[in-house]
Amino acid sequence: MSPVSRGFHGRRRVPAQQAGRVPPGQYVTEDFPVLSAGPTPHTPTGNWTFSIRQGGSVRRSWDWLQMRALPAETVTADIHCVTRWSKLGTEWQAVSMDTLLDQVEHDARYVLAFCDGGYTTNLPLADVTGGRAWLAFGFDGQPLPAEHGGPARLLVPHLYFWKSAKWVRGLDLLDADQPGFWETYGYHRYGDPWREQRYAGD
Amino acid sequence: MAGTALRGRLTWQNAKVAAVIRQTARAVTIVLDVPGWPGQRAGQHLDVRLTAEDGYRAERSYSIASAPGEPVAITVERLDDGEVSPYLTDELRAGDTLEVRGPIGGYFVWDPGKDRGPLLLVAGGSGIVPLRSILRHRERTGSTAPARLLYSSRSLAEVIYRDELDNDGAGVTVVYTLTRSQPPGWTGHAGRVDAALLAEVAWPVDGEPLAFVCGPTSFVETAAQDLVELGYQPGRVKTERFGATGGR
Amino acid sequence: MDALDGNAIGGLLHEVFGTEMTAAAAMCAACGATRPVAECVVYLDAPGVVVRCRSCGSVLMVVIRGRDRNCVDLRGLAAIEAR
Repeated sequence: MSPVSRGFHGRRRVPAQQAGRVPPGQYVTEDFPVLSAGPTPHTPTGNWTFSIRQGGSVRRSWDWLQMRALPAETVTADIHCVTRWSKLGTEWQAVSMDTLLDQVEHDARYVLAFCDGGYTTNLPLADVTGGRAWLAFGFDGQPLPAEHGGPARLLVPHLYFWKSAKWVRGLDLLDADQPGFWETYGYHRYGDPWREQRYAGD
Repeated sequence: MAGTALRGRLTWQNAKVAAVIRQTARAVTIVLDVPGWPGQRAGQHLDVRLTAEDGYRAERSYSIASAPGEPVAITVERLDDGEVSPYLTDELRAGDTLEVRGPIGGYFVWDPGKDRGPLLLVAGGSGIVPLRSILRHRERTGSTAPARLLYSSRSLAEVIYRDELDNDGAGVTVVYTLTRSQPPGWTGHAGRVDAALLAEVAWPVDGEPLAFVCGPTSFVETAAQDLVELGYQPGRVKTERFGATGGR
Repeated sequence: MDALDGNAIGGLLHEVFGTEMTAAAAMCAACGATRPVAECVVYLDAPGVVVRCRSCGSVLMVVIRGRDRNCVDLRGLAAIEAR
């Protein structure tokens, strides 16, 4: 057991027990840490599209203006990172994923989100529908900064935040679950923070 | 000796802080007493791990400021919004325990017995720390390798080890460039390290110089690229990046 | 969030491989570029440590630090040679 470093506190955080609404093993932070597995893409909105693909072909696609013309809402959510920080009451401006997925007829059971820079993450379809997921383009009333996933990212607050893929450019509709980037390297396929599903096998 | 320092288990150890020496307003040198320390090579670093009362942990790497044969010491520069550096520069005291792991590194090291050629050392901010270890090692071993140090700092007040560098012995040339503010009457360089300044300070390539470049990532990448464009062999430009603001 | 280089994970790699690895020559499986691990691009602030090829950006190595173990994926490396 490491000795306690006298007088070291680290960044301000509140133990989960006191916070009450925080999953096991997490601490609350006031910061918004930036975690990246690669260089930050910078995609101009003029070049941006969001596509729903199936079997190698594009079923439906929106450019930036088309996406921004869709009904949007302000979403307030607690977010939980697998690296143990949680941020409460984050505010996003976003289009519900239902709005996008409702425009494609399909019977896929899983999706694989794909992103600029090559990042991917997998989710059951049920977890990106039913009002549980969004395409977020704004944070705290401002355009989503590139370092936090702008121009747009997936927002799926009920799962660990690695599922809220930054720089998202679309979803592949799949019949079978297929592990994405972190899932391939050993993170949990589903990622429920309330059951502390951090690593494969948890 | 060097072989045994590299191989074998690298484990966390409880070091005693022997002294905390202020270097500049934002930087301190922390001298450590590490049980069983095998000795450091010039340019190596060590990892520090802090544990809060609730078990929260933070880990960082710091370059070793002292030369082989000297007590192991690190120099830490405070990053205002850092999580670890303010603790080390403002709170840590002699007598405290610090968990460390090291020495680490086999690439960014200078060994006068094996490495030949004139030495070019290029430092951006706290990147000076491992280069100072190299300069001290050079002096302590009586090496005749000619050495030039180009040290970029925001201001003269932020230059670490200034007295030591200004009094450096024969065979070492130190050139400062101050990027944000210069003292009245300053006749030295001002502004960032660029290809022109490197062309002026760097050893000519026909002497087969060996370069060590250390500092924030963007500083290192620009300087290393400029050196290669001057004709330095890529394999003889060693780089160590500290991240955007030179430390955490 | 600037990237670092392989020097920054010298301690982690020593823990994983049992020996100093920053000077080891790493060959990218995607593009064949070979350079010391110390010169590879490293992203530390992530759910895992990601090491990328400086030439083509492909992932060379990923280290996930689990509860009681490190998980290392080296599929992005064609070869790694420690001296």
